[in-house]
Order: sequence, then C-alpha cells, then structure tokens
Amino acid sequence: MELIFELSRAGRRGVKMPTGDVPESASLDPVYTREKDAELPSLSEPEVVRHFTNLSKMNFGVDSHFYPLGSCTMKYNPKITERIAAFSSFASIHPLQPQLVNGGMLTQGALEVISDLENVLCEITGMDEFTTQPMAGAHGELTGIMLIAAHHREKGDRRKYILIPDSGHGTNPASAAIAGYEVKTIKSDDKGVMDMNEFRKEMNEDVAGVMLTCPNTLGIFNPRIKELADLAHASGALMYYDGANLNAIMGKARPGDLGFDIVHLNLHKTFATPHGGGGPGAGPVGVKKHLAEFLPTSRVVKRKDGTFTLDYDRPKSIGYISQFYGNFGVLLKAYAYILIEGKEGLIEVSENAVLNANYLMRRLKGHYDIPYGENCMHEFVISCCRQAKRGVHAVDIAKALIDKGIHPPTIYFPLNVKEAIMIEPTETESRETLDEFVRVMIELAELAEKDPVAFKEFPKTTSVGRLDEVKAARDMNISA
Amino acid sequence: MSYIPNSIEDRQEMLKAAGVNSGKMADLFKNIPRRLQPRSFDLAPGRSEFEVEKYLRGLGKKNVTDLVYFIGGGFYDHYIPAAIDALTSRSEFYTAYTPYQPEASQGNLQAIYEYQSCICRLTGMEAANASLYDGGTALYEAAMMAIRITGRNKIIIDGGVSPIYRKMLYCYTSNLSIDFIEIPVSHGQSDRVELDKRLDEETAAVILQNPNFFGAIDDHADICARCHNSGALVIESVYPIALGLLKTPEAMGADIVTGEGQSLGIPLSFGGPYLGFMATKKKYVRKMPGRIVGATTDKNGNRGFVLTLQTREQHIRREKATSNICSNQALCALRALIYMALVGKDGLKEVASACRDKAEYTKQKLGEIKGVEVKKSSPTFNEFTVKLPENANEVIGKLIGKGIAAGFPLGRYYADMENYMLVAVTEKRTRHEIVRFADALEAALWS
Repeated sequence: MELIFELSRAGRRGVKMPTGDVPESASLDPVYTREKDAELPSLSEPEVVRHFTNLSKMNFGVDSHFYPLGSCTMKYNPKITERIAAFSSFASIHPLQPQLVNGGMLTQGALEVISDLENVLCEITGMDEFTTQPMAGAHGELTGIMLIAAHHREKGDRRKYILIPDSGHGTNPASAAIAGYEVKTIKSDDKGVMDMNEFRKEMNEDVAGVMLTCPNTLGIFNPRIKELADLAHASGALMYYDGANLNAIMGKARPGDLGFDIVHLNLHKTFATPHGGGGPGAGPVGVKKHLAEFLPTSRVVKRKDGTFTLDYDRPKSIGYISQFYGNFGVLLKAYAYILIEGKEGLIEVSENAVLNANYLMRRLKGHYDIPYGENCMHEFVISCCRQAKRGVHAVDIAKALIDKGIHPPTIYFPLNVKEAIMIEPTETESRETLDEFVRVMIELAELAEKDPVAFKEFPKTTSVGRLDEVKAARDMNISA
Repeated sequence: MSYIPNSIEDRQEMLKAAGVNSGKMADLFKNIPRRLQPRSFDLAPGRSEFEVEKYLRGLGKKNVTDLVYFIGGGFYDHYIPAAIDALTSRSEFYTAYTPYQPEASQGNLQAIYEYQSCICRLTGMEAANASLYDGGTALYEAAMMAIRITGRNKIIIDGGVSPIYRKMLYCYTSNLSIDFIEIPVSHGQSDRVELDKRLDEETAAVILQNPNFFGAIDDHADICARCHNSGALVIESVYPIALGLLKTPEAMGADIVTGEGQSLGIPLSFGGPYLGFMATKKKYVRKMPGRIVGATTDKNGNRGFVLTLQTREQHIRREKATSNICSNQALCALRALIYMALVGKDGLKEVASACRDKAEYTKQKLGEIKGVEVKKSSPTFNEFTVKLPENANEVIGKLIGKGIAAGFPLGRYYADMENYMLVAVTEKRTRHEIVRFADALEAALWS
C-alpha cells in the first residue's frame, strides 16, 4: 500500500484549526526558527480516513481473529470500558490539576478510582499496597527491582544478583540488569519448573531477589513455590512475582499468600484492557507492608473525612517512576472490568481460561509433541520437533495459521523448549473456535507429513508474503 | 457477568474431553496445594455494565472539569480532531498486539513506519523509534544511550529541563553510579559560562530542553558545538507543536532528541497514556532502545514492514539488551501520526503560530495589570513565567473559583519562586477567555 507521504498533495488540509482572533505577534528572531517547514503530509480528511481504514484492514486483532498468543492473554476487550475511559470528566483533566492549591479536591473522582483500584488489586493478589504508576509490565518489573534495591540499601546490605529461571520472560533479566544487578539464570528441571538443587546452590547472601512467573511460561504451577520463597527469605532475598500469568489463578492462589514480596500485574492481559497494537498497557506494582515506604511518589491517600489527596512527602520512596499517576485511561478501563466481573466473575475467568487451555492441549496430544503435557494452567507449550524433522518449523506452522485466519501463537519461546509454540486461548473464546483451531492444527500436522515443501509458500492470503528480515536489518530503511 | 461464551453444558463436556472425569473445575487446579489457596478473596459481586457505567459517571462528576486551562508544564490542552478518535477506535488497531507476525500486522507496522518518518521530519533527525512510555522515560533512556555510546559516566542537566523529568532521571539511576550535575538557568536561558566550566572529557551528555520548563526558547547550536569538541553528546528534549515554528534540534546539532508526544492528538487524561518519542542520528541507531520498524520486501518484491534491529532488544539479548522495554505506546503513536497527517505541513505551522500569537496577547493583557510582571528576558513560544505581587498558589486558588486554571505555581518545584506562575496558552484559548482571565486576575489581586 502507498505510504501517506506518497498520497500527499501540496495545499490539501485535513483539519481547520482555531486561529486568528488575536493580533498577530511580532516575528521571532530567525535564529530561533526553523529554516524549512516540517515535511508532514498534506491530505484532506477523507483521504486520511481512507488511508488508515485501509491500513487497519491489514491487521489481525482479537475482534476479528482468534489470537492465542502465549503469555500475552489476548482476551476480548469489553466495549463498555472504552466508552467509560472516553468520559470527558476523566479524559480532559490536566495531570497537574491536583497539584494546585487544594487541587486534590478538584480531582476527587480520579483519585478515588486510583485508590479503589489499588485496593481491589491488593485483595486479588494478597498484597498490602499497590502503586498504579508503572506504565507496562516491563516498567513494573523495573519498579519492582528498584524496590528490592531500596530495601537492601536501607539495611546497608549490598547484594549483587537476581536469580531468574531459564523459562522467564526476556524482560526479567533486562529489567534486573538495567537497574544495576547481575543476572544468574537457573535451569528448569524435567518437570519444567525451576530446578530446586540449582536454586539452592545459587541462593546465598549475595542474592538480592528472585524473579518468577507462576504459573510459569510453560503453563505450570510450581507446587513447591512456597518452599522456594522460604529459602529465598532465609537468605534475606526478596521474591518478585511477574504477574503476566495471573489470568490462570484468580481466586485460586494469590502471590501474597505464596510468599512473594512484590508483584506486578499486566492490566492489559488479565484485566482486559486493549493491547493497542503494542501499547499502551499498565503494569501496577503491589508490595507487602515492609516495602510500602519505598513505593514511588506520589501516593493517593484517603483522609479521615473520606476525601482523597496526593502525598508527596515520602522520604524513603524510590521517587518518580512516572510523570504522574500512571496510564490513567488504562487504569479506568481495568477498574470498570473488575467491577463488572466481581468476585465470582474473576474466578470464572480463571477457571475457563484454564479449562480452554487444557481442552486444547488434550486435543492436540498425539499430533504434536508436548514436552510438559500432564496438565496445564492457562497456557501450554507444544514443540514442532517432529514436524521439524520433515523440514516444517514452528515459524512455518505459524505462517500457515495466518492463511487459516488465525493469529499464530507465540513461537520460539520459552527458550528451554525447542521449536516451541506457546498457546494461550483465554476464557473469551468459544468451544467452536477452539475446535476449529484443533482441526486446523491437525490438518497442518498432516500436511507436514505429506507435503512439507508446501509450507514455504505460506502465507499466501495476506497483503505481503514472508518478508525478508535480513534485508530489513541490513538496509535499515526506517524512515521515509 | 462475564465475557465467556461457553455454556455450563459446554464446560462439562470440555472438562471430560480434557480428562477431568469428575467434571469439577476445581480439579483443574489440583497442582495448587490446599494450604496455598487464597486466605481471602473478598471482592464485591459483579454488576451490570449499565450499573458500572453509571457508577463511574458519578465518580467523574466529582472532578472539576469545566476549567479554562492556562496550565501546561509540558502537557497541553490542544484541540484533538475527531477523525483521530474514529480511526483509533477501529478494533483492528486497538485489539492487536505487538506485530510479532508481520504478515498479519502490516497495518500497524506501516503506521509505525510512517510515525517514525513524521518524527524524523519534525525534528530533522535521521532515525526514530516506535515510541517509549512518555517524555520523562524517553529522556532517561536517552541518557543511558549516551552513556553506552560514549563509555562515559557524567551527565550535565540544564536547569531549564522539566523538574519532573529530572526527578525521573534521578529515580531511575539511583542504583547506578552516574554523576549528575545540574546547572541553573541564567536569565531564563542555558548558562553557557557555567556549562563551559563543567563540560569535560568525562561528560557523556548535556541534557537541554527547548522551549525550557519556564517557556524560554533558545538556540543551542553553540552548546552543541562545544559538547562535540569535548566528545560529549547533546540530548535535546523538545515540544513537538513548537517545532512547527522553532529551529529543529538537528539544525542545532543535537545527537539524541526526545519529547512528550501528548500534544499530538492525545487527551490529557489525568496523566496518561501518553507517548515519549525518540530520534537520533543514523550512526547511533544500534544503541537506541525500543521497537524500530523497517521497510523490506517479500519474495515477489512487494514492499512490507517488519520489526527490525531486534538484536538490541530484551527478547533476544535478555540482560544484555539496550533497554528492558518490550512494548511501545502503539495506539498513542497512531494517534500522533493521524494528528500529524490531518494537521499536515501547513497546519502545524498555523497551530504553532496561533499558540504563540495567543500567548503573546495573553502576556500583553496580563502585563497591563498592576503588580504583575511578565518575564521578558528571553523569547517564548506558548508558555511564559509571570511574577505576581503575592503567593501564586493562593492567586491560582482564587481564579479556580472563577472557572480558570490560571497557571502552574512554580513554588511547587522551586522554593524561591513562591510568587511565580507558569502560564500556557494553546490555540484553543479564545480572545474572550484571555480577557476574562486577565480581568479575573486583576480582580483577585486588587479587589
């Protein structure tokens, strides 16, 4: 499709902006002004609308396609939450408004939303306090690691390492490293969970913290999680819970009860806010009481008279992790979702997410290798090793799925499974959709046996065929 | 209530098919030992969407929302064209995720490529990423990038950089050994003399902002030249709407450019979601954090787009990545792109001029009030500093009662500026509103 710059014609305008009811001001000294105008495109509104509408048609989304992207929880995004986040009584508020004199009183509704959301997230996870400031999962991780550092610094304890299992998300080691820690990777055992002996060997008083996903990226809940947490605590290390997989356990287990000190949640996963094509999300962080004093500035505080205010006087806080109060528009959507679901609804969400995953896994058995196939939580990992022997790799299966109208699952992750395909159906998919996916996957497994070469042509139905990624990196054409 | 399609009967049959012969959901969770089950899960029962909408509409009414904004501080009340909301409401955009599968995500990828291109055209730079969380995190990432490029460890921050950004920089680097030096502004602009004294062979970067937090505009070309002589980079934080008029950071010689993208068609929304943009020179691209989209071809030679240079990123490099960032602010970047496309080349210049004209008019009106001093030591774009004869916070409080958010009290961040406020004017403000503001200020001070 043409680029928007290629559609541009001099003199066209997409919107008339309010101008000119005041006298024109004297020109700026040219030393301060740009020599040439910015070469933004010039188009009329109908042309802009058609261009982006056409672009949108070249995208798979949850509303149009089954999207079982493992570890990403691509569930349905309820429409009512979009309407609520667009209320001008929230969307039009300037973030500095509550920092004016008595300003908290000018934004009581927004502060109440944040405070109430923090409270329900505490109850869901078993933590004592939450901050809504982190703007994504990885941002929450970084916040969490900084809280770990603040805790040890307060004790005058200089620790060097963060332990992370080999099945962990890539953001975990990256977050630990940019916060100044060295990372030690712990292998998984033959059951797919962190190897207890390895863990014992590495656990000592140089370890600042342990970052875990539970259930992990193989969809396995480690029944010895508490034992692991106790070991870490005995050495003075803190336990960090990567909440990417919370959709599996609402009402069934809480990180706070499992021995975790810090947790981040991905509101765009478990709490149904849209992924937006890669963001914005929200990654609130919860802590146990002993870490609350380190939480980012500011904090929403409820006064005795029931009104809310912002507290900036927090001497031990790690400081400003965010410009303001987090991705407020996203927080509002997640809060609305939680209110609609309620207690029973959230439990039902997790039960059905786990049921859908187990149903799929059981039905794919025999057609694909499933290295940890006993039972799973909300997601599971199959391996295309068998198909790979015929020359059909995970990426080939993925591209074939696109032609069948299915967004491919996550591939080549976690790293400890060869030819991995990581499948997370979520609770919002119907049995018919799951059955169709099974039918397609079996058909592809059969095709891999009969005609493996056919896969190299997929996808055939999209606007472009398989793209040359090597050329993209070599030519580095990243702007027009 | 929930968004689960499967009926109770479906679930029963599926449980059996999944090998749970008891037909009990609980048996799906048998790996969770009984003693680890929740100690509490005390949440309210679910409600209908109607009830929740009504409840939250009620909470919204507790916010005061009919204020005429003259507050900025880096976040501005600009007009948002309707087509932005209409187009970003297309669920093919907003219910997708990071384009890991390029053939199924060409819409998103091409949009990001166009966004990157617009950011380059706006700033004059050669390469931009797909966006970061916000202006503050973009500035922090830029500082880390400069440290990686130069192998040096000292960062000089101009006093005109937003105090919010400075607090964020210190927060993020509190466990790293980086030397920060702050140089207060001199007569509203960057203090060249002091900067020269502190700039040395250890300096990784100097961070500047244009217009600066107090609204002053500057030409940093001389500073860029001096930095480059010492082998230091220049990071320039900019306000995108102002670039409709102002000299580009590229023309000044900046190496890394960042900024808050909220003003490009993104609602104020109580602080987020926004986006942080980042652009640089082509030679530094491999040190840049965040997603980057590149153009390539398929085997038939058709143009297409992919995520590229991914060996910088966490999902490949893990602890050796340039950043831990995993997402971008894709939907916000889409809003910014559509904004730039609708406003276009001529429109951006007009919006910027309208902002400045209205700000100059406001300066004039406020300056006519007895005891009110509009700071004039340097030219400004759409924001400026005003000295009042009494505590700014209290004056602003009085004007709130008249429906006017008069400005931001600088005493909030600067102890010696209790009587100062920062006033911002966008193209949305009318002559009538400006006059009303001036009249209300005069009344608050003198009657």
